[in-house]
Amino acid sequence: MPNVMIRKNDAGDLLFYVAKKDMEETISSVELDDSEQWGGAVELTDGSRWYIDPISPPPTFPTTLRFKRGDD
Amino acid sequence: MSALTREEAQALIQEVLEVYPEKAKKDRAKHLAVNDQSVEQSKKCIISNRKSLPGVMTVRGCAYAGSKGVVWGPIKDMVHISHGPVGCGAYSRAGRRNYYVGHTGVNTFGTMNFTSDFQEKDIVFGGDKKLDKLISEIETLFPLSKGISVQSECPIGLIGDDIEAVSKKKSKELNKPVVPVRCEGFRGVSQSLGHHIANDAIRDWVIGNRDGDESFQTGPYDVAVIGDYNIGGDAWSSRILLEEMGLRVVAQWSGDGTLSEMELTSKVKLNLIHCYRSMNYISRHMEEKYGIPWMEYNFFGPTKIAESLRKIAAFFDETIQANAEQVIAKYQAEYDAVIAKYRPRLEGKKVMLYVGGLRPRHVIGAYEDLGMEVVGTGYEFAHNDDYDRTIKEMGNATLLYDDITGYEFEEFVKKVKPDLIGSGIKEKYIFQKMGIPFRQMHSWDYSGPYHGYDGFAIFARDMDMTINNPCWKKLQAPWLQSSEQDATPQAASA
Repeated sequence: MPNVMIRKNDAGDLLFYVAKKDMEETISSVELDDSEQWGGAVELTDGSRWYIDPISPPPTFPTTLRFKRGDD
Repeated sequence: MSALTREEAQALIQEVLEVYPEKAKKDRAKHLAVNDQSVEQSKKCIISNRKSLPGVMTVRGCAYAGSKGVVWGPIKDMVHISHGPVGCGAYSRAGRRNYYVGHTGVNTFGTMNFTSDFQEKDIVFGGDKKLDKLISEIETLFPLSKGISVQSECPIGLIGDDIEAVSKKKSKELNKPVVPVRCEGFRGVSQSLGHHIANDAIRDWVIGNRDGDESFQTGPYDVAVIGDYNIGGDAWSSRILLEEMGLRVVAQWSGDGTLSEMELTSKVKLNLIHCYRSMNYISRHMEEKYGIPWMEYNFFGPTKIAESLRKIAAFFDETIQANAEQVIAKYQAEYDAVIAKYRPRLEGKKVMLYVGGLRPRHVIGAYEDLGMEVVGTGYEFAHNDDYDRTIKEMGNATLLYDDITGYEFEEFVKKVKPDLIGSGIKEKYIFQKMGIPFRQMHSWDYSGPYHGYDGFAIFARDMDMTINNPCWKKLQAPWLQSSEQDATPQAASA
């Protein structure tokens, strides 16, 4: 369950940054992303999947959240 | 275009790898690549930030070097204790030429070496008492120091000293920040983790010190210069450009920087980061905690400077944007003259770089402004994100090398035959003896500054001075020279 910092890049995409793993990827899709809640299954451009319980109301980015690996 | 075609470059890499045993060959192959601008993500072509192979000659440093030498060391009004045996502090003292203003030994301590000089008994019985005593002694001798940082060397982690407890106790006693930094040299694969640890220490012990204190008068144009270590005065020649634009530089990290500047950084409107590798961590933290946006900029060479100044100005209102144009116009005559003078002497020369941090990609623009071409570049301790940024800057079919070994570098140079190599002191004399002009690009070969428009003039002069130095024609004994090689050297144009 890594701590992930989510921030927006200049183009407006969400970036998924894990400092300990030295990994920064663009988020390609988020399961739930509306005015009520944000979260669920998250897929990155490299194909890996992560999961976070939906947060309500949606967080303001940048912020650090704890994700679970979504492979299992 | 590059001297090598893609196939030739691939073949060269294969040829160089040939000498290694099977396992080492497999590992090193991942670190060498031929640049392909169409690749979006560097991890598809090059692997970085991995442990160096035992037995090869690497030029990497350690976590202590990254923390004490790079990030903390230049903060001038703090005393940085090299906690452990005497050597680490002694060999890292003042070698990086982080210039600063102040009275050394009175209110600034940049070029001084403070060490706890561990002996056998400290290793056996622990060094906490010694550290306690040492900090009291520093306070007596240098009462104007604004704070103290404890930079751990390897033994501290190995024997398990509790430097945090000592620091907390002394901090309370002296009423100044005493920052324990767990940057033992064995941590991580290179100095890069030392930068990270140092950033985290700043985050935990410095950044939040002025939270809730509104006495500092903020302005709409406050910026901080992050990741400029003022090597040879770099930060100063960058700072004047920002100030001429109408921005107020609140803090310099960390060249010629002070502790209070760092504490005030959380109040600025924009963080400008030059060395992304060593200080992106703290910029990310400030973005999250204080909502301060950050952007990377590049102050090497007029093309990149103009690009960066416009990009910085775009964060602010029209006055600043108009000022940025004025600044560029103001210096135009100056840098045009520099290019007119040196470009004819440097046109078409090939350069190979192997440095750390930001330079392998940032200086490419400056060389291109002088009509030179960078045919190979590599980092000592970069991560994937650095190579992501480098691929776009480099030409197709140029060489990329990560944590290159001494052997590989020499072989590449023998085949590519560059006209100039920019690397560190450990490579300098090897290549000079091979008869290749060399600039030590870590601390600008005792010259500088190279940032900003003023720095570009010095950069151009230094490159010309090195490449067109008559000594390179004198490497062969006169009686061995054939008559054609006696051709008169190119006359100086100025």
